[in-house]
Amino acid sequence: MLKDITLGQYFPGDTFIHRLDPRTKLIMSLEYIVLLFVARDYFSYGLLFAYLVLIIAVSKVRLKIILNGMKPILILVVLTALLNLFYTPGNTVVSFWVLRITDAGIKNAFLMVIRIMMLIAGTFLLTYTTSPIDLTDGLEKLLNPLKKFKAPVHELSMMMSIALRFIPTLIEETDKIMSAQKARGADFETGSIIQRAKALLPLLVPLFVSAFRRADELAVAMESRCYHGGQGRTKMKQLILRPQDYLTLALGVLLAAGTVMLAVLGL
Amino acid sequence: MEINMSDIIKIENLTYAYVTEEGKNAVALDHINLSIKEGSFVAVLGHNGSGKSTLAKHMNAILLPEGGKVYVAGMDTSDENLVIEIRRQVGMVFQNPDNQMVANVVEEDVAFGPENLGIDPNEIRRRVDDALRQVGMYEYRTHAPHLLSGGQKQRIAIAGIIAMRPRCIVLDEPTAMLDPMGREEVISTIHELNRKNGITVVLITHHMKETIDADRLLVMKDGRIVADGAPCEVFKNVRELKEVGLDVPDTTELIFQLNEEGFNLPLEALTVEECASAIYAVLS
Repeated sequence: MLKDITLGQYFPGDTFIHRLDPRTKLIMSLEYIVLLFVARDYFSYGLLFAYLVLIIAVSKVRLKIILNGMKPILILVVLTALLNLFYTPGNTVVSFWVLRITDAGIKNAFLMVIRIMMLIAGTFLLTYTTSPIDLTDGLEKLLNPLKKFKAPVHELSMMMSIALRFIPTLIEETDKIMSAQKARGADFETGSIIQRAKALLPLLVPLFVSAFRRADELAVAMESRCYHGGQGRTKMKQLILRPQDYLTLALGVLLAAGTVMLAVLGL
Repeated sequence: MEINMSDIIKIENLTYAYVTEEGKNAVALDHINLSIKEGSFVAVLGHNGSGKSTLAKHMNAILLPEGGKVYVAGMDTSDENLVIEIRRQVGMVFQNPDNQMVANVVEEDVAFGPENLGIDPNEIRRRVDDALRQVGMYEYRTHAPHLLSGGQKQRIAIAGIIAMRPRCIVLDEPTAMLDPMGREEVISTIHELNRKNGITVVLITHHMKETIDADRLLVMKDGRIVADGAPCEVFKNVRELKEVGLDVPDTTELIFQLNEEGFNLPLEALTVEECASAIYAVLS
């Protein structure tokens, strides 16, 4: 049951998008998110939508996967749509009882829904096409300048990659403990939510104990392999910005310029 | 003091005590004297609590002596400035393969040690490929470690150590969590490293069978070394070993039992073939 949880959500591939430097992808994703909030009206949204369609097409991530990823936020989308629909002042189109729908409300609701869905699709594309290790490496490199201000950039990215590394190990462990508890009559599946939450306690305690023991052993193993913090450390895999990265970033500049211009014009 | 250059590890009068949960002092190591020759294959045998793991952890400055001295390639382990260099020379492989993997890609994990040493990226690449070939895991370099078998994971841990180009590898019960096949893989891998690359191996274990092919066998009990010599010599003292609570290999046990019944067979016959031909010689 726990094995079904997909974590990291990375779909290996060898497309133009997959081969881009993780830094490029991080910057582009960030820019895309900001631009989504800059966008005003159909035209600026349309431009960003065209960009989204382009990267989905190039990355060859199947549309079904992207739509599946949106399921968890469906309630949020519906709620946003309803709130915008009923609470935007404007010319009334339909009204019944105390509720009334305005023309501005319809438009707002539509654009809001589009915005949220595009936001999710765009950020998911980043994790779909970038392996977790590349992501942490890219993040470390991007945040490197912050080291000057004594920010623990290396430590953070090391913690992130170790956390990612231990997710499958801990899931396996959870499965084992669950089986062991079930064999002794524990019941995780029936009862009210509170009862089920309580049943998880005997699962969490051994899991935590073992996680701490693992952490301790890992620390000794890392020290044995000469780990002494980020100082003087090199990396086998060097991140290099290739021509396609510059090309993508140039496209990013154009996209930003276009969206801002359209937004300023109110389109 | 004088240091014999052919000794990669030299231990003098080493003592170490743990404080137990009840607050008592438990002696883990009791005045140990030991030197290990460069290029040799040394097995350390003992029960849980015999101090063998504690001894191992002193060999790369994970633990520091409370009394006595430990020298690695002539360097005093209690000198803090030398710690990194000592750990580069003496690598360590632990019992649980899962708890010593840092990355979720095999080659990234092997690269961890050399990266810590600040080696040039191209050179790291070469060393990683080299190390993975030596342990026979090159085809798996882009795999995720958690999908591999225990024996394979342990071989990757060994690759992670040899990528640092150490002179000595200390393995602390590397096969304790493996199935028989995985055990075989790991043991043959370290024997090959010892033979082909001349890397000194210190293998800590409680499996008799794994010690048969060693150059030298140490038996530990209660923080002391109670037997030291070539495996066939050590196993000859069947009665003493049993007193320490250790078994002898099946072949030795067989010959011992036969001798008790009045036969006169050589106890040095350790491998199945040697044992068989010894019995055959007596019978014919």
